[in-house]
Order: sequence, then C-alpha cells, then structure tokens
Amino acid sequence: MKNPYLPLPMRLVKNFVETEDKLIHTFTLEFLNEEDEKSFQYLPGQFAEVSVFGVGEAPFGIASSPTEPGHLKFSVAKVGVVTTTLHQLPEGTILGVRGPLGNNYPIEEFKGKNLVVIGGGFAFTTLRSLITYILHPDHRGDYGELTVIYGARNPGLLLYKDELAEWEKRSDINLVCTIDRPVEGWSGRVGFVPAVTKEVAPSAENAYAVICGPPVMIKFTMPVLEELGFPSERIIMSLENRMKCGIGMCGRCNVGNKYVCKDGPVFTRAQLNQLPNEY
Amino acid sequence: MLVNKGQFTDWLNQLIQVYQVYAPVKEDDYFCFKKINSGDQATLNYTNSKVPPKEVLFPRSEKLFCYRCENDGVQLTEQIDESKKIIVGLRPCDAKSFLLLDGVFNSDKYHDPYYLIRRNNTVLVGLGCNQPAATCFCTSLGGGPFATEGLDLLLVDIGDRYVVEVLTDRGRELLSGMELPAANQEAQEAARIVKEGAALSTQVNLEGLKSKLDVIFYDPIWDLIHEKCLGCAACTYTCPTCHCFDIVDEAEGNEGCRIRNWDACMFPLFTLHGSGHNPRPTGKERFRQRVMHKFKYFVDNFNAIACVGCGRCIINCPVNLDIREVLAEIQGSEVRSDKQ
Repeated sequence: MKNPYLPLPMRLVKNFVETEDKLIHTFTLEFLNEEDEKSFQYLPGQFAEVSVFGVGEAPFGIASSPTEPGHLKFSVAKVGVVTTTLHQLPEGTILGVRGPLGNNYPIEEFKGKNLVVIGGGFAFTTLRSLITYILHPDHRGDYGELTVIYGARNPGLLLYKDELAEWEKRSDINLVCTIDRPVEGWSGRVGFVPAVTKEVAPSAENAYAVICGPPVMIKFTMPVLEELGFPSERIIMSLENRMKCGIGMCGRCNVGNKYVCKDGPVFTRAQLNQLPNEY
Repeated sequence: MLVNKGQFTDWLNQLIQVYQVYAPVKEDDYFCFKKINSGDQATLNYTNSKVPPKEVLFPRSEKLFCYRCENDGVQLTEQIDESKKIIVGLRPCDAKSFLLLDGVFNSDKYHDPYYLIRRNNTVLVGLGCNQPAATCFCTSLGGGPFATEGLDLLLVDIGDRYVVEVLTDRGRELLSGMELPAANQEAQEAARIVKEGAALSTQVNLEGLKSKLDVIFYDPIWDLIHEKCLGCAACTYTCPTCHCFDIVDEAEGNEGCRIRNWDACMFPLFTLHGSGHNPRPTGKERFRQRVMHKFKYFVDNFNAIACVGCGRCIINCPVNLDIREVLAEIQGSEVRSDKQ
C-alpha cells in the first residue's frame, strides 16, 4: 500500500527573493532520486505539500510547468511558521515534497480555444505554470489566442519579472500588466484588474477565462467576465483553503461536500455556484 | 455458542498471548478502551465508553514517520503498526462507526495505511446492549442494541454466561480451541428476552432531513441553533465517526517525527487561512459544518449518515446541547429558499 503521507526528498537549489518587499520568495527544488522525479507527473494547477523537516509542511501551488523537467518551483509568501522558516533556508537544504495533489486546469478542454488568463498579486503562481505550459513549442499550436491580464499593487510586487519581459516580446501572447497607482518609470497600464479587464475586453467567443487572485479581485472581475459573455462553465477558478493532509481525509478544506484538496483546487464557476459560499 | 463469564476471562488471557487485546477498562468514574495485560482487567459491565474504541484504530496521537536529516538527504522511517489486535466488548454502534470510517480512509484515490492496516489486523468482538442509555438513539440510524453489522462475534449477556453469536470466519477462527457448547434452548430463550427488553427511550425522525439540509445552508435557523455551543469540541472528540486531524512535526536537533493528532471542526483555527481570512469565522458556521457534515455531506459522498446514535455528544456536552433536539428543530423548521 502506497503511503501518501511520505514526502519525497528534494534539495533546495535556489532561494530567490521575488518581490521588492521581500515577502515572496521563489524556491527551486530538485529531486534527490531520479525515480521520484519520474513518478512526480503533474499538470498546471496542481499543488504539493512541502515539508521543512522539524517545522512542518504546507501546501503550495506548483509554479513550474511539466515542460520544465528536473525541478519544481514554488513562490511562497511569508505568512506562518513553515513559510517563515522556508524563507530563511540556505540553498542546499534538504526538503520534502508530497504530491502532485489535487486536480489541474482542464488543458484538454482548452485545446482549440482562446484563453484569457487573469491573475492578481502572488496568486499568479499556478497561472505561470499554465502559461509556460501553453507557450511551450510542443503545445502552443494546440491553443488559440492567449491573453494574460496580470495586476499587482506596484511594479516591484510583480512576480517573474524576467519572464514577463520575455513574454512581452512574443507575438503569440497578449500580455497586459497593470499596477494599482501610477509610478515613475512604469509604462504599462494603471488600474485595478477588473477595470483593465473591461478595457481590454477579450472576446468570450470560443474562449475560456482562468482567474486566480485575491477574493476582492475575483468578486469584481466576475461581473466583467459575465458582461463579456463568458458562461460560468467557461470560467475556471482555483480555491485556496486551509489544508493538512491534501488527500481528503483530515476534513478541514471542504466546501459543501467537496474537498478543495482532492476534488479541487480547480473548479468552474458553475461548479462553485452549486456549492455553499464557504471559502 | 455459550461461554460462562469465568471461562471468558480465561479465554481473554489466552488471546493476550497472541493478540493485543483492547477492552473496556474503568478509569476513575468512566470507561475507556485500553490494552489489557490480563483478562480480569476487562470490565464488560458498563453502558458505554467515554471515548469510542475508534482510538484503537485511529489513535488520538500517532507517529506517521520519523526522520533524520543528513547533509546529503533524509532518512525516513515509517511507523506502521502491524500488530494483531482484538477489540473486546465494543458496542454495536461503535462497530458500525468503523464501517463509516473505512470509506474515509480508503477513498477511490488514496489509502491511509495507518488506519487500514490496523483495521485489517483487528478482530471485533461486540457486546450487545441489555440496557441502552437514555441518550442512545442507534435504532434511528439503522442500528440496534444487538445489531451485528461490522462485528466478527457478538456477545449477549444472559447473567452468568454469554451467548456468543458467530458472525464471520474470523470470529469463528478466534473461538477455535475453546470447544464451546452450543447455546441450549434455555440460553437462547434468555438471550431473546434480553434482546426484547433492550428498549431505547428515544427515536429521532430522520425522514426528509436530508432534503431539508440540502436547502437550508443560508437559513436563519443557524443563527439561533448554535447559540448554546461553547465550541469546546467535546462532541467531536468523543464521536466515533469524527475523523478530522492535524499533522505536526516534533523534532529536536536534526531528527524528529511527523505526528497526527485528532482535531475538530469546532475550533476557530481549524479553517483559518494564512491570509487571516476564515471561511468559518464564528460558532455559527462551525456548528453548521458539524451538522451538515454528518447529515448531508457524508450522505452525498458515502450514501450514509455519519452518526451511529451512540449519544456521546449528548452526554459529554457541557451545556446539554442535544443533537436530537437540533435535528428535530431542523425537521420542524419551515423550508425557505436557500439564497444567501
């Protein structure tokens, strides 16, 4: 019987300060055992439980894409005991990873469709995984137009700045970055994500919208997506509830009869409409 | 089969040589299931244990694995308990609770080896309830004082002897070597009288409850119904079907263990996000969760109510909040449109 509680050993090879306020770091982890790497088959949208031995474990969305073999990336905000310890760890530390856990973005359903990816703040992690996956030469041809709307309070808080700059140069992705208030030297858009989404007005024709961000951003972006004509079956969201086991047993992350860790974290808006508003 | 009580103690002594035997043991003024070292420690003259025998298969606190961190890796040692066990004297309601927990720990996708291996290695010897407590309502949940579901053997106390009902091959195997006489007509008659006399004082009407709970999530009834609840979680800690847990590390230096402990949806930190947002911020949401989980969500997922009517949540509640009354209030409430 496979023990789902045993983490796979991984080495922290990079502890990168992602944001200007230093509150978000991106961790790059490499598998210690080749067979573990082979068995860890994941897709964008999934998450993993990361162990800091002696401190505990916590669930994080996987920021890397399966098209980037050999390592996993997690962008983690410093909010609790595990994450604070993680932020201070030197490169080379041995960590544990359990997963992949949860379901993934419906990339098969997305095939042949246009995609509108909307992210806010540091919830951009699993969206990075999705975008990287789609932009990979093996997959790009399977999908239509890709529009990404990504907002942060200020330019220093945007994640993955080098990649954003690279995506900006590409013709097969329409990247719109926005910040809340004007800042000297910022030539991109200014405004909150819902307003910018309205301005950009991506067509809902043959398209899916994938949205991940703080609840307030989602709350005000939803009516915009509805106005644009996105049906609730084609609005994809990712929930984040408190979790421990990650496998639907410890009983804390349920929303109605669904467990975010096992039945989610990815749900359509139509599915969430059937569940109580307890997340 | 028929066994007299003195012979039964000898039998337990024999079993202790081979199995870890758990039985009701008196501690202060209550009973709990403990591993016994001799047959006479078992006290089968009891109504029900304070904490259910669930803790034999799913301990309050258990090591999942231990680890030792080294420069170039980490050594993990699983702490799986593969010992052969017997639980003697558990009540039919508690036996049924294991059938419900099986679904949780053996899902379509994940299997919990800690629970499942113990479960597979444990024989269940039940004891029928001659005198159910005033708080018992097992019959409303499809059980009964002498229900056999989930048991390998059932003992019926007829005074100086037990009538032993053999329910599974595993139960039969346990008795091999005991050479017990078949229950004669007089013993069978005594057992029948005991069974008939075991009347429950309360019934809970569950008809239509699920369809009401399906539409009651946002109903104002929850504003009132939870008010007495202190959020102490005595109900969940003593419930045979509650299975929520926490996972923590306990370490010193470069070695330690990962441990799981019982946890409860009645506590405010249970669902508190790292961001500070809490989807169940007050006692109302937490109380609603407990009722909905047992009587709606579990039914949606496993087609069974996650309550066996043992009554422990009623006995142990410090403010006398009675789940039977809560269900009756929900039953009697007007169905309103379930809009937020």
